[in-house]
Amino acid sequence: MSAATMTGRPQSGTSGAGATSGAGARRRLAATGAKVWPLLAAVAGIVAVWYAVTYLVLTPERRFLLPPLHQVLGTTLGNPAVMGPMLDALWQTVGVALSGLAIAVVLGIGYAVVMAQAGWAERILYPYAVILQTIPILALTPLIGIWMGYGFSARIVVCVIIALFPMIANTLFGLQSAGPDAHDLFTLNRATRAQRLLKLQFPAALPAIFTGLRNAAGLSVIGAIVGDFFFQQGSPGIGGLLRTYTLRLNMDALFMAIILTALFGVAVFSVFAALDRAVIGRWYGRGTS
Amino acid sequence: MTRTLVLDDVTKAFPTGTVALEGVSLAVAAGEFVSVVGPSGCGKSTLLRLASGLDHVTGGDIEVNATSTSYVFQEATLLEWRSALRNVELVGELRGAGKADRRRRAQEALDLVGLTGFEKQHPRQLSGGMRMRVSIARALVAEPDLALFDEPFGALDEITRLRMQTELQSLFELKNFAGLFITHSVSEAVYLSTRVVVMSGRPGRVVADIPVPWSYPRPPELRFEPEFAALTGEVSAALGEHS
Ligand SMILES: Nc1ncnc2c1ncn2[C@@H]1O[C@H](COP(=O)(O)OP(=O)(O)OP(=O)(O)O)[C@@H](O)[C@H]1O
Ligand SMILES: [Mg+2]
Repeated sequence: MSAATMTGRPQSGTSGAGATSGAGARRRLAATGAKVWPLLAAVAGIVAVWYAVTYLVLTPERRFLLPPLHQVLGTTLGNPAVMGPMLDALWQTVGVALSGLAIAVVLGIGYAVVMAQAGWAERILYPYAVILQTIPILALTPLIGIWMGYGFSARIVVCVIIALFPMIANTLFGLQSAGPDAHDLFTLNRATRAQRLLKLQFPAALPAIFTGLRNAAGLSVIGAIVGDFFFQQGSPGIGGLLRTYTLRLNMDALFMAIILTALFGVAVFSVFAALDRAVIGRWYGRGTS
Repeated sequence: MTRTLVLDDVTKAFPTGTVALEGVSLAVAAGEFVSVVGPSGCGKSTLLRLASGLDHVTGGDIEVNATSTSYVFQEATLLEWRSALRNVELVGELRGAGKADRRRRAQEALDLVGLTGFEKQHPRQLSGGMRMRVSIARALVAEPDLALFDEPFGALDEITRLRMQTELQSLFELKNFAGLFITHSVSEAVYLSTRVVVMSGRPGRVVADIPVPWSYPRPPELRFEPEFAALTGEVSAALGEHS
C-alpha cells in the first residue's frame, strides 16, 4: 500500500501541465454539459406543455390564444417584415438594459463605498436605498414619464432604479465582510483609508459584487422592457412591440417577441453567471472551483 | 538590556463595565520570550491589544520602545485572494516599501518559515499549519522589535503544533525580538519561553512570574525531562490556585 502511494504521487506530479490542462478542459466541458442538459430539458418540458395546452386543452376556435410553436416560428422567422422590426427593437432594448445596468453598477458601488466609510453614514444613507427598493416600480413609472419625457432617458431611469438595490446591498455586505482581525492587521500597519478600501474591503467584496451584478443584470432586462412598455417615444423597444402586438391581437408575433425576451434574459443571466465563476475562481487561486 | 515593553499597574475596564485587567505590571526586554497563561476570559488578548496600540489603557501606564511591532492572531488571518508571497508582501505595501525590496524580503521570510516553493499558492490551497507559517512570515517580514502572539497554534493539531513550537523557537533565536506569547498550553509556554507569566481569572492580575532556565536551542526531547515536568507542574499549580 505504501509502495502504491509512493509511486502514485510522483507520477501524478510528473504528468505535467499538458495532461492536466487537457483533463481540465475535458472536465470543464463535462461541467458545461452538466449545466446545459437540465436547461435543455426544461425548454423541452415547456414546449411539451405548450403543445399539450394548444392541442389538448384548447378547442380549435380558441386555439388562437396559444398558437402552436411551429406556427409561431413559421409565420415570424421567415418573414423579414416581422423579424426586422422585432430584432431592431430587441437591439434597442439591449442597449437600454446595458446602459441602465452600467449606471446602476457605478452608482450602486459608489453609494455602498460611501456608506461603508462610517456607521453613521450607513445609518443615514441606507434607508433611502430601502425606500427606493420598496416603492413598486410601476407606481413610479408614470411620474418618471412626466418628469423626464417619454423617450430614451426615461427608459434608462426605470432600468437604473430597478437594478440599483441589489448592487448597493450586495456591495455593502461585501465591503463589510472582512473580519475584525484583518482590519486590525491593517490598523497595526498604519494603513490609510484608501489602502484599507482598495487592498482589503474592495477585494473582500468582489464575490458579493458579482452576485449583485448577476441579480442587477436580470433586473435591468425587466426594467428595460417595463420602460419600453410605458415610454413609446422614439424607436420602439421590444417592450413597445409587445404592447403593439397585444393591442392588435397579433398572437404569433406576440409569442415570438416573448420568446426573444426570454432568450435575452437567459443570455444576460448566463453571461454574468459565467463571468462570476471565471473571475471568482481565478481570484481565490486556480485549482479551486 | 532595553525594556521593549513595560506595563506599569495597568488597568483596562471596558465601557460595558467589564474589568478585564487590574493592576498588571509586566516588562519584556529584547531577547526575552515571555509566555502568558491564564484561564479563558482573564484578559490575555486584551493585554496584547494594549501592547500593540490597538486599544488603550484606562489606568496605569504602558511604554513601548519598538520601531516595529508585529501581531500574530489566533487565526492565520490571510487575505484569501492573495498568494502566500503577496500576503507577506502586504506589510511592505502598507508601509510604503518599494516593490523589488518588499518582494525580496517577503521571499526571504517565506524561506525562513520553510515555505520555499509555495509562494504562488493561495491560502485555500495550504494546510492549517502552512497558513500559520505564512502568518508568522508576515509578522517577521516587518523585522519586529516586539512580536506579539495570541494563541497562534491553538487551532493546530498536536503534531503540527509541536513542530511549529520548535520552528518558532529557532526563529526567535535568529531574530532576537522581544516576544510576548499567549497560550492555553502550559507545556508550550515552558518549552518556548524565557519566562512564564501566570494570570488569575477575571479581572486578570499577574499571580506568578516563573523564569525558565534552559538556553536555546531546546531539543524537543526536553519535554520528557523531569526538570521540564517539575516546571510545568509549578506553572500548573500557580494556575490552579488562582483560577
Ligand atoms: N471590546 C470589548 N468590549 C467589552 N468587553 C470586552 C471586549 N473585549 C473583551 N472583553 C471582555 O474582557 C474580558 C477579557 O477578554 P479577553 O479576550 O482579553 O480574554 P482572553 O483571556 O483572551 O480569553 P481567551 O483565553 O478565551 O481568548 C472578557 O470578559 C471579555 O468579555
Ligand atoms: Mg483571547
